[in-house]
Amino acid sequence: MSVTANELLAVMGARELRDDTTVFTGVGAPMMATVLAQRTHAPRLTMMVEGGVIGPMWKPGELPISTNEMRAAYRAQMLPAISDAFLLAQRGFFDVGFIGGAQIDRHGNLNTSAIGGYARPKVRLPGSGGANDIISLCRQVIILTVHEKRRFIERVDFVTSPGYLEGGDSRERAGLLFGGVSRVVTTLGLFGFHPESRRLQLLALHPGATLDQVRENTGFEVLVSPELTTTKPPTDEELSILRMLDPRRQFLG
Amino acid sequence: MTIAPREYDFEAARRRLEAKPKSAGPKLGSLEDAVARVRDGDHLALGGCLYSRTPLALVWALLRRRPTGLTFSRNLLCYEGEWGMVSGAVRKVVTSWMGIGLPWGLSRIQREFVEAGRVEFEEWSHLGLGLRYRAAAMGVPFLPSLTMLGSDLMEVGGSRTVQCPYTGRALHAVPALFPDVALIHVHKADRLGNCRIDGYPHMDADITRAAATVLVTAEEIVPEDEIRRHPDRTVIPGFLVDALAHVPYGSYPHECYGLYDAEPEHFSAYVDAIRERGAAAVAGYLERYVHAPGSHAEYLALFGEPRLAEAAGRARMLTT
Repeated sequence: MSVTANELLAVMGARELRDDTTVFTGVGAPMMATVLAQRTHAPRLTMMVEGGVIGPMWKPGELPISTNEMRAAYRAQMLPAISDAFLLAQRGFFDVGFIGGAQIDRHGNLNTSAIGGYARPKVRLPGSGGANDIISLCRQVIILTVHEKRRFIERVDFVTSPGYLEGGDSRERAGLLFGGVSRVVTTLGLFGFHPESRRLQLLALHPGATLDQVRENTGFEVLVSPELTTTKPPTDEELSILRMLDPRRQFLG
Repeated sequence: MTIAPREYDFEAARRRLEAKPKSAGPKLGSLEDAVARVRDGDHLALGGCLYSRTPLALVWALLRRRPTGLTFSRNLLCYEGEWGMVSGAVRKVVTSWMGIGLPWGLSRIQREFVEAGRVEFEEWSHLGLGLRYRAAAMGVPFLPSLTMLGSDLMEVGGSRTVQCPYTGRALHAVPALFPDVALIHVHKADRLGNCRIDGYPHMDADITRAAATVLVTAEEIVPEDEIRRHPDRTVIPGFLVDALAHVPYGSYPHECYGLYDAEPEHFSAYVDAIRERGAAAVAGYLERYVHAPGSHAEYLALFGEPRLAEAAGRARMLTT
């Protein structure tokens, strides 16, 4: 069977994680990616989930829909109160924050609050949840998202979760002394940020994706790394682990 | 700017607590007696998180009284927020996120009411709201934090920064939130209100210390001796609690860790009806599930014994 968007995101996301690290992970593709990393190259990775879950071992076929339901806590090592979970991140215990799709701009700022004016929005979105905290408090942040023109826009209407704000050193000047968005993994490729301008920069294309496709699906000028590469396609092992975890394809699509 | 000054007035909150009896005596009474303590215009903080250990029986009993002018605050607000909006009970919501979950999409009721300006919607980050309760639980007017800085969320409530007197760094001065009433559902309590929670603690402990009045429902009332044999498991001491009611399945059809699973199919039917008929579907739901049953037991009977037993079976499977 062909590879779905969420399978591609989970595989490419998992490859960005390292062993012996701590990851604060969101629901959907990020949690699939985190578990895949644990079952391949990162067995000593500790996962934290927003509802207040440390080190769960989720049951295949019973993956959590929310970050604070029983499935998310399955065989966890600790269930701290939610504020205490986030305060571990503020203290600096989390190497990676791993969050999913949203409206994103060229400096990695995310909007999950409102499209159109904030007070009387055209579309009211659910809100920050823990995304703002994860992006503000973890050492590195990886964002996984489907690559669509309506999501990749020049400037978000509302900064729910701050990437590099206006670029340059504006994030640090706002008082966010630590961390920052390090990678944006999309269905077309892998992005980093230009070290000075802090603008999104394409580092690699996924197999079969083209630069033209990236440009067509991005609402701003795409910076391309001079060392542009191509990622390796998902392996049978990676895909079979994901499909074993989610046999009913609730999350894989 | 939407933060109400009374929410962070730590001196008034302290005096209110000092004036209140803090009895070690019995608290056990009816669900109706508990919610009779809520006044129109009160700020209610709801325990649990999303569809986990929601104090749904308390919300159910409260809405039967047709209150008005309430504020609901909750870290992740599930469909009880929609009930509050559609019933006209709630004029302001304080939360970090509203919906049921990814499979159910955006909350159409949140969209309808917020986009039309029919309800005030004050958004915080998840930790931001957690620290508001924590500051209040500590009896101070704010807590310094690194979260929310630089984001547009700072403007929503009217957050300010504070310069650290030692390092000179700017930090978010997260304002305290002292609710009038806390609504909490727990696994076990003795009749004196000493409470025990299994599984997720969520933000409940902070909320019970932050609020002026604490209303609790418990799945099970245990002997006082059971509490005294495991005092390390008590998360809410009895003298914090104003009223306690014994309500098995008091969060249902939301989950209660280890006791019963949530009912995603029920959520889907609820959301499908809203897709077809909008807010009228919620009004119809409230008529059928909240106002029509004569008691909470009759409300549960609408779901039926086999379904309750299946939800309990799934919970056992997921926690053993």
